[in-house]
Amino acid sequence: MNRKLLTGNGAAAWGARLARIDYLPAFPITPQTEIIETLSNWIEGQELECRMVTLESEHSMLTAAGAAAVTGVRVFTATSSQGLLYAAEMLYTVAGWRVPLVLVNVSRGLSSPITLEPDHNDVLAMRDCGFLQLHCATCQEVLDNLLIAYRLAEHPRVRLPVLVNLDGFYLSFTREPVQIPSQREVDRFLPPFEAGSISFRGGEPLSEGVTVLEGSAYSYFRYQAHLASLEGIAVYEELGQEFAKLFGWDYSALECYCSEDAEIVLVMIGSFATKAKEAVDRLRETGRKIGLVRPRLVRPFPVAALRQALAGKKGVAVIDQNLSPGKGGILHGELASVLYGTPEAPAVLASFVGGLGGRDISSEEFFEIHKVVQRAVATGITPEPQLLYTEEELRSLRKMQSVARAVRSNQGGGA
Amino acid sequence: MYRIRFHGRGGQGMKTAGRILGTAFFLAGFEVQDAPRYGAERRGAPIFAYVRASRNPIFERGIISRPDLIIVADDHLPAMPGSGVLAGAGEQTVFLIYSNEEASLWQERLNLQGSVFTLPPLAENELRFRGAACAGGAAALLAELDVELLAEAVREEIDPLGSELVADNLEVALAAYAALAVNRGTVHEGGPVSAIDYASPDWLKLPCEETLLSAPAIHAPATSEMSQTGLWRSERPLIDESRCKRCWWICSTFCPDGAIQVDEERRPHIDYGHCKGCMVCLNQCPTHAITAVPEEEAAAQGEKP
Repeated sequence: MNRKLLTGNGAAAWGARLARIDYLPAFPITPQTEIIETLSNWIEGQELECRMVTLESEHSMLTAAGAAAVTGVRVFTATSSQGLLYAAEMLYTVAGWRVPLVLVNVSRGLSSPITLEPDHNDVLAMRDCGFLQLHCATCQEVLDNLLIAYRLAEHPRVRLPVLVNLDGFYLSFTREPVQIPSQREVDRFLPPFEAGSISFRGGEPLSEGVTVLEGSAYSYFRYQAHLASLEGIAVYEELGQEFAKLFGWDYSALECYCSEDAEIVLVMIGSFATKAKEAVDRLRETGRKIGLVRPRLVRPFPVAALRQALAGKKGVAVIDQNLSPGKGGILHGELASVLYGTPEAPAVLASFVGGLGGRDISSEEFFEIHKVVQRAVATGITPEPQLLYTEEELRSLRKMQSVARAVRSNQGGGA
Repeated sequence: MYRIRFHGRGGQGMKTAGRILGTAFFLAGFEVQDAPRYGAERRGAPIFAYVRASRNPIFERGIISRPDLIIVADDHLPAMPGSGVLAGAGEQTVFLIYSNEEASLWQERLNLQGSVFTLPPLAENELRFRGAACAGGAAALLAELDVELLAEAVREEIDPLGSELVADNLEVALAAYAALAVNRGTVHEGGPVSAIDYASPDWLKLPCEETLLSAPAIHAPATSEMSQTGLWRSERPLIDESRCKRCWWICSTFCPDGAIQVDEERRPHIDYGHCKGCMVCLNQCPTHAITAVPEEEAAAQGEKP
């Protein structure tokens, strides 16, 4: 074990390297490109034995990834944002092939307006494609969850592709200390893939993703993918325990931080959740009973664990770093369906939308969220969904709007 | 926790400076988080990098809003709109400015409450090593970082960029450290934000506004002319009229910013308000009539921008 400063992208590359990936189809996009650059340097330097192919689009990249996975080799690829959406058709398609591969998504907000900064609308747009989704909060989690992702994808009870998500900038370009296990240590956790029946060869024809023109067969196959995904919860827990035995720290579908005796709980996914932990620590110092519950698995969604963790809580604040126009925060809706009708469901389930397009969430805002939920608990009235957006931000936006709307006689073309 | 911000321009090595300081802290046994921050990568545009270092695990993330130390690698930056150099500076914030001018002048000019130090250019070709100089200067102000840690961090960070660069970077970083070592320990770790008497965020209920206002569209052209991107330039292209063959099209066509206009006498004129100093024109001119002059030198020679 070697403790080093690594970016989230560097941790992803190390995870892929230690997983001994065989095939790497690639297409660049900010803020993901550093992952592919790092891997290609290792391939060129013969530190990693892997076939890398650059494709002309993310759609082709995912097609190549799926096609390679059908042959039983270990496949890795990565994209972000617009690239993930461009590949969307093939994410659904490849998931239906029921073959394992690991795709890293480096979260970045979607156009329009265009941005480079992160939120979760890209990855949540792929929520229903059949890929399992692991959401990381630290660079260490990125490396570790890549190793777990291969075990999960290749597990006979699952056999579905896995998407590992990390936030652009806040993880992708941020260095943190990361324990890099040795190859020998990793080989004990993640041995070479025994592909078994996944063995498509030129001389042994096979039809993948066949046509079924009637709903009955279609229902069967789609529901089987759903059931396999649900198996992923227990398998992830098992793998998390096995990981702990070998490496010394464990993984669970839910991270629960100070939530056991908490009256108010924050729920969020991704790297901003560590900011929530900081706020929890500060509020705990003042005697407030607050905690954090963070799903690492978003698909499959750890419904039972969430019900258990949130049972009997007075108030829950779901902080969504995404927005479904016409509805609101996506996770908030997910949590409502998890909790509705359960005997000890919290009376207050408040929705906060923040961190869109990389917009920061300050400690003060976490404190304020606590205050709003505490008030709601006292009055029994759940507040309206709140966008984390200040008067000062609107004032500076007004300046931009005044420039954008100004009538100018100058049509450009030099001074 | 130490919260430190480096401000510079794209190309001045601020990412490297942050990484050198981050690695020095890490080698000293600290938990560390370091990251550069920029939009679309643009040489010459204001960027910054930040470092957090603590004896405990770090849960904070993202931009540092209450810095203990601010390092400014380019003394044109404080005046540049949107550079954010002064953001969150308070009484405890120490400033280190890479400048030939006196610290007291900067203290007064920027109305700074905390200590101010300057780091005058140290070696002839130091421009290339400004990142190393800033990292060395910053390390000198921090009680926990000694020369050995700094040297090891420089080696670790620069070696992957080219082992031949290590010696020069090391020399510059150590010279900067030596120049400021007398002020060792000036920077103090800041505390956490109080959860009791904090300033409430003034959230609003965003109203639904008419589409003309609320869609991300710019309704009149030429807004880019309002942005003085010429300020990003570190080198200035100068046209030698005696060598210019008045071809009328090459430099102006290749200029990616449309910043070269040709007049009726086929003379090219560079709009220095918007020339970013990319030097594409210099590389394209078939008669080599364009030369690159460091911006500061051009200004000193009285060349009007």
